[in-house]
Amino acid sequence: MGPIVGVLFDGFAYGMLLFLLSVGLSVTLGMMNFVNLAHCAFAMLGGYVTVTVMNNLGWPFFAALPMAFLAAAVLSVVLERTLYRRLYRAGELDQVLLTIGLTFISVAVAAYVFGTLQQPIQTPSYLRGSLNVMGVTVGIYRLFLVVMGLAVAILLVMALEYTRFGAQVRASVDNQRMARGLGINVEGIFAITFALGSGLAGLGGALAIEVVGLDPSFAFLFLVYVLIIVSVGGLGSIGGSFVAAVLIGISDVAGKYYVPQLGAFLIYLVMIALLMWRPQGLFGKR
Amino acid sequence: MNTAAAMTPTSYLRSQTRWTPLEIAFWLAAFLPFVLFPTHLSLASQIAITALFALSLDLILGYAGIVSLGHAAFFGLGAYAAGLFSKFVWGEPLTGLLVAAFVAGLVGFATSFIVARFKHLTLIMITLGLGFLIHEIANAAHWLTGGTDGLQGVNIWPIFNYFRFDLYGYTGYSYSLAVLFLFFFLSRRLINSPFGLSLRGIRENSTRMAAIGADSRAHIRKIYTISAAIAGVAGGLLAQTTETVSLGSIDFQRSADVLVMLVLGGAGRLYGGLIGAIIFMVARDQFSGINPQFWYFPMGVLLVAVVMFLPGGILGGLAKLTASFRKKSP
Repeated sequence: MGPIVGVLFDGFAYGMLLFLLSVGLSVTLGMMNFVNLAHCAFAMLGGYVTVTVMNNLGWPFFAALPMAFLAAAVLSVVLERTLYRRLYRAGELDQVLLTIGLTFISVAVAAYVFGTLQQPIQTPSYLRGSLNVMGVTVGIYRLFLVVMGLAVAILLVMALEYTRFGAQVRASVDNQRMARGLGINVEGIFAITFALGSGLAGLGGALAIEVVGLDPSFAFLFLVYVLIIVSVGGLGSIGGSFVAAVLIGISDVAGKYYVPQLGAFLIYLVMIALLMWRPQGLFGKR
Repeated sequence: MNTAAAMTPTSYLRSQTRWTPLEIAFWLAAFLPFVLFPTHLSLASQIAITALFALSLDLILGYAGIVSLGHAAFFGLGAYAAGLFSKFVWGEPLTGLLVAAFVAGLVGFATSFIVARFKHLTLIMITLGLGFLIHEIANAAHWLTGGTDGLQGVNIWPIFNYFRFDLYGYTGYSYSLAVLFLFFFLSRRLINSPFGLSLRGIRENSTRMAAIGADSRAHIRKIYTISAAIAGVAGGLLAQTTETVSLGSIDFQRSADVLVMLVLGGAGRLYGGLIGAIIFMVARDQFSGINPQFWYFPMGVLLVAVVMFLPGGILGGLAKLTASFRKKSP
């Protein structure tokens, strides 16, 4: 019983990390239909900001996390205003090319500034080590990830369901033209949502360092996972992203634990099968 | 262009198939490396192979509008098929290419049923997923493919039992160039056929094509299979001329590279992939000394610049220039 629960818990924690990384992309994709493959580059930026302020400026871990969020959000909104917005009406090929190009640039810049080695960080001592809960060993950092992931999910759902801004976001996702017709400033809403989503990715990038490490290939490595979660969960659906992230997280960790020779094979197969069954994703409306 | 209105569809297509002097000059220039760069013929051979691969992507992306992020799967399948065929069956190169085309085409045909059903993000994800899936299979089948160590023991006989593959790449380049030209010629005929026209129609408006009675899905399945087979031939060429196959011939990087080349040269134009491949490969050869991660920087800048300022790539930009020049001086 012990190992199964442990694997499930680790998978769930990993899923929370993936949820943080992907939820922003899901919402922005659902709203503007903009295929943003540079999403994980923002996550990588969050990671490198964390490393820099902690190792060079000596900031504590919990002060670095908001910085990661802020840096990713600010950069994303600058890019959105200058480059992305010109391609909202363009075909998906142009969007894919632009954002792959931005990801390439981010990888090269990261390699130039920080080198290609893994970046070390020192998480606070109280986040290290593990607890023993009813015979199951639980990593404290993973517990922290679960708490963070759940907190963000609850916060997002509350904000979407019970605030005016949330209602405007939902309206824009459901029917952009109608929302415009009702006088909602869809462009403005989108810019803010985009910044928030990229900021969450930045936060996810910062939290991911302790679990998966950080090097310039991060932007590509996690892009695949994030895209899988977004397309399986369904565009614009926070609940869908959550479920898909937990599914992928658990099956990835379980797959690596029980059948390591299969590698990532299983995940790609599951994704293709799911997309063929439901092209709009598990919870997608379109 | 007033005459175009009076043309019948057949005479329009006929006029498109006429070889222009510029095209003839281009193919004659392809012989220059023999004279000018006799020490760089293996690079020239790589360029010809990459150009063929880019051409195969152009058929689906440029003409039928199918965005694929996993096209290297077919290149790699062809490479492994040709390599394994020479290792275990026999090393005659031309049959090897046929086997490569057959294997890649078969997998292309099987996956074309999936591809033809989807559009937009789902299509991108499906092609990406299929690419990764096939890469994982090649990686996992270590006993067959050699995994990350690469496939060793590829042994290719001389072409027609006479032209030996030499160290300088004379035979390699001649061979690759001949195959490239053959498939270029065939693609050119294909594009300027009624079938090619309906592909362009699907690219522009697939809903309308269905409304006028064209079976879009059947067309997409056909061109996807053809494209996969040509990509397989390109992979087979690489395996035969370098006598080894690495996992690099099947990974995402190769899919992304070929997309960059095609877009840089100009998608939807037969010469787009060729020009793009030449520029890309020569540039990479020049900068081969630097850290491969830094190589991403100029590539990324190039992609952003092309999307922002030069839609249609280099050839598209040139066509626009000459068109405006002609307008000014009638």
